[in-house]
Amino acid sequence: MTRIEATFRRLKKRGEKALIPFITAGDPDLPTTRALALEMAERGADLLELGIPFSDPLADGPTIQEASCRALKVGVHLQEVLELAGQIRQKTEIPLVLMGYYNPILQYGLERTALEAKRQGVDGFIIPDLPLEEAGPWRQAALAAGVAPIFLAAPTSGAARIKKAAKLTKGFLYYVSVTGITGARQALPADLEAALKEVRTLVKCPLAVGFGISTPEQVENLAPYVDGVVVGSAIVQRVARLQGLELVKEVGDFIAALKAPLRKK
Amino acid sequence: MLPDRHGRYGPYGGQFVPETLMPALLELEEAYRRISRDPEFRREVAWYLKDYVGRPTPLYFARHLTEALGGPQIYIKREDLAHTGAHKINNTLGQGLLARRMNKRRIIAETGAGQHGVATATVAALLGQECDIYMGTEDIRRQRLNVIRMRLLGAKVISVESGSCTLKDAMNEAIRDWVTNVRHTHYVLGSVGGPHPYPMIVRDFQAVIGKEAKAQLRRDTGRLPQCLVACVGGGSNAMGLFHAFYNDPVRFVGVEAAGHGLTSGYHSATLVAGSKGVLHGAFSYLLQDPWGNIQEAHSLAPGLDYPGVGPEHSFFKDTGRAEYAAVTDKEALEGFKLLSRTEGILPALESAHAVAYLQKLAPRYGKDDIIIVNLSGRGDKDMEAVSEALEVSGDAH
Repeated sequence: MTRIEATFRRLKKRGEKALIPFITAGDPDLPTTRALALEMAERGADLLELGIPFSDPLADGPTIQEASCRALKVGVHLQEVLELAGQIRQKTEIPLVLMGYYNPILQYGLERTALEAKRQGVDGFIIPDLPLEEAGPWRQAALAAGVAPIFLAAPTSGAARIKKAAKLTKGFLYYVSVTGITGARQALPADLEAALKEVRTLVKCPLAVGFGISTPEQVENLAPYVDGVVVGSAIVQRVARLQGLELVKEVGDFIAALKAPLRKK
Repeated sequence: MLPDRHGRYGPYGGQFVPETLMPALLELEEAYRRISRDPEFRREVAWYLKDYVGRPTPLYFARHLTEALGGPQIYIKREDLAHTGAHKINNTLGQGLLARRMNKRRIIAETGAGQHGVATATVAALLGQECDIYMGTEDIRRQRLNVIRMRLLGAKVISVESGSCTLKDAMNEAIRDWVTNVRHTHYVLGSVGGPHPYPMIVRDFQAVIGKEAKAQLRRDTGRLPQCLVACVGGGSNAMGLFHAFYNDPVRFVGVEAAGHGLTSGYHSATLVAGSKGVLHGAFSYLLQDPWGNIQEAHSLAPGLDYPGVGPEHSFFKDTGRAEYAAVTDKEALEGFKLLSRTEGILPALESAHAVAYLQKLAPRYGKDDIIIVNLSGRGDKDMEAVSEALEVSGDAH
């Protein structure tokens, strides 16, 4: 059983839901990302999602665009993100998922990325600009190496595509909460809970929801409908604002606050 | 006929977009295949092209340019005489009418030189559609007149400050807008790039250029040309000219922007000096660093200032169906002067690249040979940039 599967199974047994925080690797530098990752794992994160910086992140809003930009400015690229994952893996068994756009992975080589990721202890990849139609070669390379190709479903997908995505995905299905790009939102779509209920009836695999989720209250409201909740931009905003020990403590406290409503009541 | 059913031209093309957009692309492809076959729609497009755009545009025998070059007979396809001053309107009109048929009440577009933005805003005004145009701040600075035109036409111009603040970044923002508003918005992509079905749709709407040129030349001379020349940024005017000649023994030459020179690191020569990868939804040649990050393109001509290119051009390059060359900013300015002085036509800086390359191409042809060059746009929008570069004063002496 993979780390991702084991995590969702363990949480389910306990009646808990997974907290999946996202930060961009190398924002503002690799040592900070490493410190943040370990702190988040310590304070209640169940899976970690690390962003691979890219010059043209077209599924991301300003917060993660700027994070990507900061990381690129210090020269962080895929190889370094993989090595960072390896360092984090030496300290914790938390599942590590990389989120990155297709071109850097394609240039590094699909098989090479998958094999190196496996070697460094990475558990899965989310590639937001690689829809099911184009994912064949990557999925094959990832499965052969033993890392999970994780697919997304969106409010526009419709039942047939959601079912297909659930069949092809490994680890969990990532449901995009909004018709739009990433970024903390004050209010989530009114019909999100109904949509998640519908998705639940279509898929058997673990289901996580992400995009726009930024407060413990939102997490609490969504928890009953899913197996995991992804929070990204709200954490990245803190990375942009704070530094050093203050940043690590603030992010740790935020993770604890986000995780609280996901624990068994 | 390419693309295949996966939207591929050989290995190039495809649909590398967020899942949110996939249903919209599938819907667009289905709608386009259905609507573009509808005789009523075809009549509608043809009527607007004739009475509104002013087509057919002339195929002009450029006697003085021919003499100046001293070789083959040069014919100029006058897309600069189309309404709004460039070929872009052929595509925006088609897509605007398509959007209306698809009940999308809002259209958005990216623009570099501003020509595609103006053409989109024009069609939006004509058809009563809400219209937002994304444009990089650097291009807004360079192409002020087109910004004013778009605003006068009732469009909202949204400035884009990310990345290099040019066309690539405007396209990122347009795609982000489309992801967010996809249910009621049609994205009028301006070139033969982007995810399938855009390269096919834009090519089909631009193919009128080559169809007309072929018929016009046959009428005037009874012959086929030996060679076609057009500038290539994303590649829509070139593909529009080439397409009707695909099965004919006619040489295709696409001219990219070499900016400050191919070895300077400041150029937009995607096909000549780039490598393969994925940008803006398609697998094609592009400018990138070894880690797959997209590099900024550079050209004096804002419409060529793009680090990607349409996938069908990539396919043409690999199969040898077309050849691609690049000319520098400096050479393009020489082309600009040449056409202005010999024929009294001020070309757009983009089109001036194609004209400039004629000087390299002409010596290889005889006096009986015919070359058609696509004059994709007129130069009015570039007067400030050209006067600065050529140090031509507008002051009283």
